[in-house]
Amino acid sequence: MSTTVLEGKNIVRDYHIGGGLFTGPRTVHAVKGVSFKVDKGKTLAIVGESGCGKSTLARIITLIDPATSGDLFIDGNKVDIAKGGLTKEMRRKVQIVFQNPYGSLNPRQKIGDVLGEPLLINTDKSAAERRDLAMKMLKKVGLGHEHYNRYPHMFSGGQRQRIAIARALMLNPSLLVLDEPVSALDLSVQAQVLNLLADLQDEFQLTYVFISHDLSVVRYIADDVMVMYFGEAVEYGSRDEVFADPKHSYTRTLFAATPRADVASIKARLAKKKAA
Amino acid sequence: MPLLEIKNLTVSFDTAAGPFMAVQGIDLSVEPREVLAIVGESGSGKSVAMLAVMGLLPNTATVKADRMAFDGVDLLKLSPSERRKIVGKDISMIFQEPIASLNPCFTVGFQIEEVLRFHMGMDRAQRRARAIELMKLVGIADPEERLSSFPHQMSGGQCQRVMIAIAIACNPKLLIADEPTTALDVTIQKQILDLLVSLQAKYGMGLIMITHNMGVVAETADRVIVQYKGRKMEEADVLSLFESPKSNYTRALLSALPENAVGDRLPTVSDMLFEPAPSAAGVAS
Repeated sequence: MSTTVLEGKNIVRDYHIGGGLFTGPRTVHAVKGVSFKVDKGKTLAIVGESGCGKSTLARIITLIDPATSGDLFIDGNKVDIAKGGLTKEMRRKVQIVFQNPYGSLNPRQKIGDVLGEPLLINTDKSAAERRDLAMKMLKKVGLGHEHYNRYPHMFSGGQRQRIAIARALMLNPSLLVLDEPVSALDLSVQAQVLNLLADLQDEFQLTYVFISHDLSVVRYIADDVMVMYFGEAVEYGSRDEVFADPKHSYTRTLFAATPRADVASIKARLAKKKAA
Repeated sequence: MPLLEIKNLTVSFDTAAGPFMAVQGIDLSVEPREVLAIVGESGSGKSVAMLAVMGLLPNTATVKADRMAFDGVDLLKLSPSERRKIVGKDISMIFQEPIASLNPCFTVGFQIEEVLRFHMGMDRAQRRARAIELMKLVGIADPEERLSSFPHQMSGGQCQRVMIAIAIACNPKLLIADEPTTALDVTIQKQILDLLVSLQAKYGMGLIMITHNMGVVAETADRVIVQYKGRKMEEADVLSLFESPKSNYTRALLSALPENAVGDRLPTVSDMLFEPAPSAAGVAS
């Protein structure tokens, strides 16, 4: 039996840009009526180029920004942060990992405090309990106890992304929003972080919303894929459906643009070059 | 005669903890009309080696080489002012962050014309005509109008096109592209790569592509050098690199590509490399 963790119905987000002295106010339709549904333990990947509204959607799902209209359900409960009344319990359920591990950690905060802070704010656990939980989480994401008292600048990009993931997991969320979590990382580190995410998903039955523009990563990690283009979901389906038979012309453009690193396509390119 | 020939290049930086060797004995050569890709992860010294060729390293860096010759001219023996006549004219370079590499205070037209004034000594009318021609060449619509745009008024892809226009303004013999598409979307990346390769073929330039993206290598290169921690791990033509990689490191890099995943976990580079800093000989064996 599968339970739906996240469901969005016709989510719209407009940004109103106030006019200046000589320009009238205008409205940017960042997200134009997007619907989606993710089951427990599954991964929904959202793909699109910059400016297509994928990060806006991430902010709405993470309960940072309210949607202009539309309904958002998390674990079956309707959430509307514009109306207020958001409990700590709801906040706890959704966590986010940002793209840039260099920017998303406070340089003046030790790793132990980074991990302990969500607990300090959201729970009434004692300092010793917080420390214990933080230590355990460090182990889970492949770091050690010795890292507890270090500062972010002492870590590499991949390690920092592990810390950001650890921080997001401190409150046992059911839904994790990953906003381009591996696009700032090297290929080999990217593989490690993707493996970590897969391990954690198995262990905690986590649900992921994975935002990316890298189709090869999406193909590897996603169960369902949504392709966004200028605020609309132009394609939405299971991974195999979307990759085998892309319906929308933008999806096909995207596939054609992705560089291919297989021997057959290199041969084809070299043959074409020789002929030219 | 190779266009660029480097033998045993080492670059070290003076740090508080003593000298840090960023590049350790790299040999490299580029033939005219050849596309060479240099692949490696961050810290592999791929950019530093090329910055050493351009003479753009800060003065904490020490560059040593047995030979560093461009088109038969020994770059190490040139005075700085003689070198500046080559750099930007016969060798030019484009960088990763297109928006950050343009000067925000000047229009793109001014920045394109600046190179023409300095290296080609053209008068105002010639410069403007050439700038318009270059903008057309790199695929910017309404070049006459766009010449007076500032970098912040253009998108990342357009800024990269302007950078390419500046780089090819004086018909260079060698173009070095340092991660030219890393900051761009896939669809724009495709356009920029196609543009670079078509310009390379049209003008018969040598092209060095510095990248960490194996897909970019597969789509553009003739020959590939794989670097790791300042050392050259492997050098091969593009087909044999992907078909039968010689070094463990290359094999590890290729198997870490998500599209090559077998099963539900990716092999990582550390699974395959046992020594923390392998020597070139140790890995090749």
